[in-house]
Amino acid sequence: MSQEKEFTLPGNARTADDSLGQATVNSGRRRLLGALGAGAAIAAVQGAAFAAVRKPKSIGRVVIIGAGFGGATAAKYLRKWSNGSIDVTLIERNKQFISCPTSNEVLGGNRAYESLVHGYDKLGKNWGVKLVNASATAVDAEKRRVRTDTAGEFEYDRLIVAPGFDFNFASIEGYDEKARERILHAWKAGAQTLALRQQLVDLPDGGVYALTIPKAPYRCPPGPYERASQIAWYFKQNKPKSKVLVLDANDKIISKEKLFLGVWEKDYAGIIEYTPKWNATGVDAASNTVISELGDRLHADVLNLLPAQRAGDIARAIGIVNVNDRWADIDWITLESTALKNVHVVGDALSAAPLMPKSGHMANQHGKAVAAAIVEIFSGREPQPTLLANTCYSLVDDKRAIHVDSVHRYDPEKKQPLVVAGSGGVSSAPSVEEGLYTRAWAETIWKDVLA
Amino acid sequence: MKQVLPLLALLAAGTAVAAGPAGSDGKAPAKPALSAASAAAVPYAVANCFNCHGTDGKTSAAIPPLAGRDRVYIEETLKAYKSGAKPATIMHQLAKGYTDEELAVFADYFSQQK
Repeated sequence: MSQEKEFTLPGNARTADDSLGQATVNSGRRRLLGALGAGAAIAAVQGAAFAAVRKPKSIGRVVIIGAGFGGATAAKYLRKWSNGSIDVTLIERNKQFISCPTSNEVLGGNRAYESLVHGYDKLGKNWGVKLVNASATAVDAEKRRVRTDTAGEFEYDRLIVAPGFDFNFASIEGYDEKARERILHAWKAGAQTLALRQQLVDLPDGGVYALTIPKAPYRCPPGPYERASQIAWYFKQNKPKSKVLVLDANDKIISKEKLFLGVWEKDYAGIIEYTPKWNATGVDAASNTVISELGDRLHADVLNLLPAQRAGDIARAIGIVNVNDRWADIDWITLESTALKNVHVVGDALSAAPLMPKSGHMANQHGKAVAAAIVEIFSGREPQPTLLANTCYSLVDDKRAIHVDSVHRYDPEKKQPLVVAGSGGVSSAPSVEEGLYTRAWAETIWKDVLA
Repeated sequence: MKQVLPLLALLAAGTAVAAGPAGSDGKAPAKPALSAASAAAVPYAVANCFNCHGTDGKTSAAIPPLAGRDRVYIEETLKAYKSGAKPATIMHQLAKGYTDEELAVFADYFSQQK
């Protein structure tokens, strides 16, 4: 795409190459002098400042499968932190980025769907990422090649696998392709978000909506509880006789428990009914009835099922899923798969460290961590563990939000990041201020990932 | 060129500490330096902040931008969040995840962004 674009050479790029001519060596010296003169300014050379002296010698090629919060962030930061000296090819099957975070607001009628939808073009224009709109179908780890369905093959020095999750639909018997046409999950934002919103709009006052939650881990721990809150808010304004039934396979609300319970008791009493330890294992689509592990049957007018989740199918196809047949185990310094060399994993697909959520925010942090590690490796330095932080906001009505946050630091003995003692926590109470921050968070992280 | 490489790496590492050795500019308080173990081309951990405060601290949304703000102000504010002296919605919780040295490096990085 924008490979024609020229970049200034970074301070940390490998400039030595026997095949280079004298001119390059000289320009290397000039750059060195420039670096000395500019002192510490090297790190500031980035983004728009790429304004064109010459295209840098490539120090390595990275191919990324999946342009969600993790993969797209990795692409941008590989380019940014290598000052354009790492070739980055980003393979994504969707033409646009559709944000899961804040999509529950669409269900509640508090956000326009269009605001979730973003283009990938700025990753090319601003950063020189090569965008490939295709589906990765296989990886030859020996030859270091990724095969795609429509765009041919791509060679890599390092591969980043960022496929998000896929459902294990078999975890809910009867939830087959036909049933899925009408009984939605809407847990990947997109057409299902709009379709579920329409089902809620079409629901008569007094109708029942039921949401099932799988056992953790799953994408976005507070997400189901936020969804229940958003839909309860919508019902309260428009369909006060309607109900939100939350059927949770977990023993209790697994994120911001007291805050959600507080809001539900105060604002949504008589609307939200919460049942823990209700593990949905079957569905009778014809009668819109969900069936629990213990044989309980529950009918709802709108059923919203969240089956069990696991690393995206491509991760399984590549052979990097090695934890409980569900997630990909990684080295926490490089985020490299423990199953395949030169293959890194970010986002929901990896086997998370303790108390680390599968969130867009965390996937973005993984993307930066893997970018840092690969820049260091390609620059001939030893990658160091970096810190990871998480913030998950949940909107509990049209204005107020609550959060949970944490900072994760690598523990050399346990060889994984652990929450820093004393760091992190939750809101003291829902607030309008945090509601404003939630929307600002979304606007800002979308840019941090994509622009 | 082979000899140049380590030098470039050193320079890059120098950028990690963002402003060279402590006190080398003659101003007080001394500018921060990360330990050798964490020295890298960029203080990567500062990107922890970018999700909410924008890439390099640049944002026009409701969460305050940090780019180009006074280094000492950012550093002291972060430390006040960390100690609990300054109340916040979330920063009092996040600041506790970092050492004073790291907060100083973050402050220095943001203060240099234009």
